[in-house]
This record gives sequence, structure tokens and C-alpha cells, in this order.
Amino acid sequence: MTISKLSTFTGLAVILGASGAFADCGIASGRVAILSNDFPALQAMAAGAAECASATVSVTANQTTEHRDIQVAALTANPAEYTAAVVANSSIVPLMNEGLIRPLDDLIAQYAPDLPQLNKITIDGKVMAVAFMANAQHLFVRDDLLAQVGASAPATYEEVLDILGKLRAAGAVDHPFAMNTAAGWNLGEEFVNMYLGHGGELFAAGSAAPAINNETGIATLEMLAALNEYANPDFLTFDSNATQALWESGELAIAYMWGSRGGAILDDQNSTPEITGNTSLIAAPTVGGGALPASTLWWDGFTIAANISDEDAAATFQALMHGLRPEVITANNNAAVWLMEGYTPGAPAAGVAATANAGARPYPMLPYVGLMHTALGNELAQFMQGQESAEQALADVEAAYIAAAREQGFLQ
Amino acid sequence: MPHRTFLWFILPSLTAMILFIALPIVSVVVQSLFVEHEQVLVTVENCGPFGCTEETRIDREATAALREAQPLGRFNGLGTYFNRSHLATAELSAAWQESETIGAFLGQVMNLPFYKALVFTLSFTFIVTPLVLVLGLAIALGVNGLPRLLRGPTIFFSLLPMIVTPLIGSLVLFWMIDAQGVIGATLQRVFDDPNLSLKASPVLTWVTLFVYGVWHSAPFAFIVFYAGLQTVPAETLEAAMIDGATRWQRIRYVVIPHLMPLAVFITLMQLMDNFRVFEPIVGFQAQASATSLSYLIYSHLRGDVQQFGSAAATSVLTIIGVAILLTPVLIRTWRDFNRKRV
Repeated sequence: MTISKLSTFTGLAVILGASGAFADCGIASGRVAILSNDFPALQAMAAGAAECASATVSVTANQTTEHRDIQVAALTANPAEYTAAVVANSSIVPLMNEGLIRPLDDLIAQYAPDLPQLNKITIDGKVMAVAFMANAQHLFVRDDLLAQVGASAPATYEEVLDILGKLRAAGAVDHPFAMNTAAGWNLGEEFVNMYLGHGGELFAAGSAAPAINNETGIATLEMLAALNEYANPDFLTFDSNATQALWESGELAIAYMWGSRGGAILDDQNSTPEITGNTSLIAAPTVGGGALPASTLWWDGFTIAANISDEDAAATFQALMHGLRPEVITANNNAAVWLMEGYTPGAPAAGVAATANAGARPYPMLPYVGLMHTALGNELAQFMQGQESAEQALADVEAAYIAAAREQGFLQ
Repeated sequence: MPHRTFLWFILPSLTAMILFIALPIVSVVVQSLFVEHEQVLVTVENCGPFGCTEETRIDREATAALREAQPLGRFNGLGTYFNRSHLATAELSAAWQESETIGAFLGQVMNLPFYKALVFTLSFTFIVTPLVLVLGLAIALGVNGLPRLLRGPTIFFSLLPMIVTPLIGSLVLFWMIDAQGVIGATLQRVFDDPNLSLKASPVLTWVTLFVYGVWHSAPFAFIVFYAGLQTVPAETLEAAMIDGATRWQRIRYVVIPHLMPLAVFITLMQLMDNFRVFEPIVGFQAQASATSLSYLIYSHLRGDVQQFGSAAATSVLTIIGVAILLTPVLIRTWRDFNRKRV
């Protein structure tokens, strides 16, 4: 289902019961402990859930950008340190692999029978997570700078390159382009996006065998290198914070960044009205004649620990749904591309919605995709620096992945 | 001291050492010999906000049964040590046979993660350590020559780089050397090259990390040498002066021999510290150009999948590396000790 269908859906949805007037949320007793990433949308959710705290209900939240590194250990304990973990496509996999999260079907039937199918992350027939927001990388463009060279918003990466060439020739900006290419996870993600945009598959069908060392992989790397010709030479250190700062300082004309940064980029802080007023959020472009945008769709959702009592699980589910009730969503409308009722898609959501509507694929939820992502992030930097060939870089990725996958038991 | 008393005397520290140093090392060694169980995969249908897809998933019951039978995982012997992420013996011999020249072979070797990290770690250790010694001694001699009133404030400011947390210190410098930072922009202007970037070129990144390493560690050498300078015997110095020794000769023949044991101590500490260089790589986001052994361990353990076997093997190799590095210094100390006893 796409975001536009979602907004119609939420528009029609009937608000049932979740009025928020009951400070106790109707929870008799229990422990609610949330582990999540740390950004404004999740802070709003946790604050909403914290309203459920009472003499018999404790609500705590650990919000940290390092949540992925502690979630497995924290939920392995019995009873688990946290009753809920907020995860995304990729970070739910280790929890699933270890069986640390419980199916939510019973809780949904009891406490949120009207939850749309859209929000249910169903794995092998069981709902394992409730997705509440979406994210994707897409293009941010400066309409005024593009107009200077007579260009309109690009729909393909080939057009992007063409515009960047014109911008450089016109001398408007020194380094008109940026994407999140910091060596490591970010660089790996850019490869995955561009590779899926070329129509590639990361793995041989139905197995953990890598399938990236091919023509599509080379085309992907060549496109990444061609784009970063137009980036600041520091590009291998660019994470989301760096690219956002560059955009807000007005040094970029076209950037490929996370949709979740849209709200912060379009607000009136750290930038000037000339820059924010001319910033458009548009879909991720297609590449190499492909039909689908070169991007992956991500969801954020909550899971509930397996190693806790049913009472705590019920309390946690209710508190989190309370933290995601329409009033909270409406009050924090621009903090994220919400998948919950109460959300009115605004300007910051335009890019993600356009990317999703154009049919971008979700980031794969495979048990071994994390190993591939790590190998890509570690092994592609030398190619991006121009120190090795695309063929060699892909062979390195393949070898690094195979070594890791053997060690983890995915390959023999 | 009778043996019995001695035993009781060291028992608390011995217990702590066994519990917190020896046992963890044993556990790491054991862990490095095992790899994860074969994962039993099944294909299931996953559905989410963006539609349904057929994806593979780990069959948890089957995997749990395997794990129950062998909790440590599959025994892999030294397999992990020799795979591509570590010593990469197969890749090395293939590279040796394929490469025409030594240069091509070395290029292939530097393409392997372990050797790439090892080369940077060793370069860092052997470039930073001597510079720290020399710079520390120079600062100590300089401060010692200052009027008493100025010494206190000077010592305080000289110590600042060591007081700053390594990660914070490197982050501060990271932003200063940014193309828009005060150092980065000045360098671009001085060399008249708008594309000059300390973060982009591997060579300049290495140089930046070395400079940071010296900046961070020199105060340690300085304060140790400065303390040592206070104990240089005044009579010997006066005698040297009467013999007509210049300032340089007094330093070379009186002060430096007197400070030698301290130099050995600082070398020992610096070799160990620099061999486990880590924070500046994170702080400078330098992993594209420079990785160290400690960084490899960190990267094995981070992210969605933790590779405990790989991390353990790299840890054991690091311990072996430290042992090899320290052996010459320890042998020297042991000889000195024996000579003094006689």
C-alpha cells in the first residue's frame, strides 16, 4: 500500500476511544520500558507513552542512537531489560533470529482491533511489529539554482548528472551535490539503493549466496562515482548530520538525503528563507532506464519482548498505542512521515510519499543482509577514492561477505 | 619476606588479575575457535506497509536445537584466524602467484582488511612513539628553564591535550580541519588549492592522525620527564659546567642518561597505547583511509549482526602483536634489573 492510499485511509478512519483523556490509559498494572533510537518523532511517542505512568504502572524509556548495539543483549535477559524495542526493517532481523520478540496478534485483537493491515509487519503469518512511520532517501533540490541553468526537477540520475554538469559550468556552486557517503553503513546503504534501482538482486534467489559481482554492480558503482565527482572531496565522511548542515548552509543544489531530515531542513532554524523557500523534496530518481526509484523504503515500528510477563506485554502495548494516538501524531505532524491516523502529509513528507508511490522496494528483511551491508560499507571506500577498480571493489565485497557469512553459518 | 606472607600479600591483586585479565583472555581465545551454527533457513511471506514479499528467515526451532546440542557453536579450530578477515593465507598465496612485481603483491596485501589495519597500526605506533618522546623531553627541558613564576601556568596548559577526552579532542580537530574549518580553510588559502582536503586523501588523513597522536600523548611524556628533571643531581651538572660542557653537552651526557629509565617506561606505555589506537579513527571518521586493529574489533561487534568469532580472533592477534612489540623493551628492563642486583 502506498502513502497516498494511507492518507485517504486515515482520513476516513473513525477515531475510536483513544481520546487521551484517561491519564491512566486503562492499564491496571505493569512495567513499560522502551528502547529506541533518538529523534523527535520517537521522543514524542515515548512522551505520550509516559503519560500512562501511575502508582502501579512504571514507564521508562532509553532513547539512544546506539540502540541497535544493545537490543539483542538487553532482550536476551529474562526478564528482558526492556519490554519494547523500536526497530526498523534491518534491526528487527537480529531480534527475530534470536526469537526475542513475541507475536502481537493477541494484543492487537484485544486492544487495537481496528489497527489497519498497513501497520502490521507480518512475518510468516504472525504480526511481529507495529509500524508507525516510514522513511526513504530521496532528492532534495534547490529550485532557484536549477532555474539558473534552465533545468527542472530531475526524474533520472542521468538527468541529475546533466544538471550537475551545467551547474558546475555556470560556476553557481563549487560542489553542487551530496549524498550520505560516509564510509561504513551510510556508503553501504547508497550502494543498496542504487543497485536495487538498477533492478539488481543482492542475493541469489532463496539463498545467502551473494549476487552483486556483476554488470549491474559495476553500473551502480560507476553511477555513484560519477555523482560524487560533483561532491565535496570530503564526501567519504558525510553522514546525515553533515549533509543536512551543507544543505542548510546553501552549498548544495541537489542532494540525496533521508526524508526524516525534511522537517528539520524546511523549518526556520539554521538556514535562511532563501534556501528553505527554494527547497523541494521530490522522489528518488530512477537510474539506467529502470522503472523503480533508486531508493529503499524503511519503516520504524515497535516490537514487544518475548522474555517478559503477559501483564507487562499488555501494559507495554497499551502504553505505546497511547503514545501513538491521533492527538500525539497531529501535534507532531511534521516530525515524521507517520503511518498512523491523525497524520496530514505535509511538505516534509512529499519526497518519501513520491518515492513510495513510484514503487520503490522495501529494504530487504533478510537474516544475512546486515553482513552484506557491512561488507559493502567497508570495502567500497577505496573504489570511491579512485584507488581501485569497480571489479576489484565488488570482488572484495563478495570475498568479505563470504568470509563473514561462513562464520555466521549462512554459507558453507 | 617468607613465601607464605608474600602469598597473602599478593593474593588480592592476584585474584583480581585472574578474574579480570586472565579469565577474559581465556574466554576470548576459546570464542575465537568457534563459529556460529549452520543457520537453517526457511522461506516465508513477510508483509508490511509496502506490500508482501517472499523472504528467507532463520528457522528458529531448528537452529535452537543445534544450539542446545553445542552451546559454543561449531568448532572451527584456527579457521577463523586464517580466513580473509584475518591472516588471509589463501588470499596471500593467490596474490603471490598472480602478481608480477612486489609492488603489485603489496597492493593486493593492502587490500586485505587485517593487513591494511596492521600496517596503519604499526606506522602509527612507530611514528608517534619516538616523536612523543622527543617532543615530551623538549617541552620538559623548556619548562624547566622557565622562571619559577611561569612554570605552574605553563605546565597546566601543556597538559591540556591529555586532559581532553580523546574522542572529544579528535572531534574538535575534525571540525577544525574541515574544508570550512579554521585550519582547513587556512591550508587551502596558503597552498592556493580549493580542493585541498585533509579528510579526503589517505596520505593526509594518516598525517592528521599522526599529528593528533603526538598532540595527545606528548603531555604524558612531558610530565614524566619533567618530574625526572627535578631529580637530576646538581653536583654532576655543576661538575660538568666546571669542565666546560656546553648546555647541549650537559643534556646529552648528564640529563639524558639520568632520564633513560623514564624513557624506557614511556616507550613501554606509548607502544601499548599507540598499538591500540582507536578513538581518533572514530573521531576523524577516518575509516575510509585508515583502520586499526582495535577499529576492526569494534566494527566486527557493531551493527545488526555481531561477529563474535571474528572479533575474538582479531583480539587474540592484537594481544600477540602487543607481546611481540614489548618483548625487546621487557628484555632490556630485565637485563638492567639483573645487572643492578649483582
